[in-house]
Amino acid sequence: VGLVPEVKTAGEITVDLGQPGQSGWKAYVVRFAFGGAVTASAGLIAQVYGPVVGGLFLAFPAILPASITLIESHDGGRAAGAGALGAAIGSLGLMAFGALVWGLGLHLSAWQVLAGSALIWLVVSALLWGMFEWARRSRQQAQRNGPNPG
Amino acid sequence: MIGELAVRFLLGGLVVCVFAAIGDALKPKSLAGIFGAAPSVALVTLALVFAKEDGAYAALEGRSMVAGAVALLAYSLVVSRVLLRRTGQSPINALVMGSLAWIVWLVVAFSLWGLFLR
Repeated sequence: VGLVPEVKTAGEITVDLGQPGQSGWKAYVVRFAFGGAVTASAGLIAQVYGPVVGGLFLAFPAILPASITLIESHDGGRAAGAGALGAAIGSLGLMAFGALVWGLGLHLSAWQVLAGSALIWLVVSALLWGMFEWARRSRQQAQRNGPNPG
Repeated sequence: MIGELAVRFLLGGLVVCVFAAIGDALKPKSLAGIFGAAPSVALVTLALVFAKEDGAYAALEGRSMVAGAVALLAYSLVVSRVLLRRTGQSPINALVMGSLAWIVWLVVAFSLWGLFLR
């Protein structure tokens, strides 16, 4: 496995609006509980230990175990691995989110900081995912074409 | 205090579920996985911080969040590598690996805190 791991994913992006219902309410109850608990804990930790320690927990992988478990049960183990890899890409977007709050928190209004940070997370994550997919497809194409004779 | 924690719990749980629903609806799963690292906890926490504290407090949390996101990157890479490489007989499933790897997140996050933020 090189820089771009071999992940077999469906090539086309699809949105299945029936999928959330198929996940079952139990999965959402678990995510609600974990998400709520981590958000409350992050606030509590910030109050007790200050914002420097509390801020670390703004990027805690609270619901990832539940999310990849759900992917594993629906789409198999390799899809769960691909989901975790997607989270790695999303974490780079989360770094951009934090950096924007850090840099602009003092200078802009609350809604400008939050909207801008959410947008930068989405743009960075989507761009990096697109680059990752392009690299993966290029490698697959090269493998299909085989070694260059001569 | 209890009331504020309850508000955090409810809002945090709600926003996490919204991002999770978007992720569930998307394929391929590498794209859906991005929403596993959505800024759900951060959005709720920072909105409440801005309502109660000043921008300097939020900026400090943002700086630490960068370190937390580096730890999340390490966590996600470890989890994906193990899940993509395991064999059919492996007893490690996604839930076990995803939970065990919280240790990776804690070690990386607090190492960065000790080195650069303290």
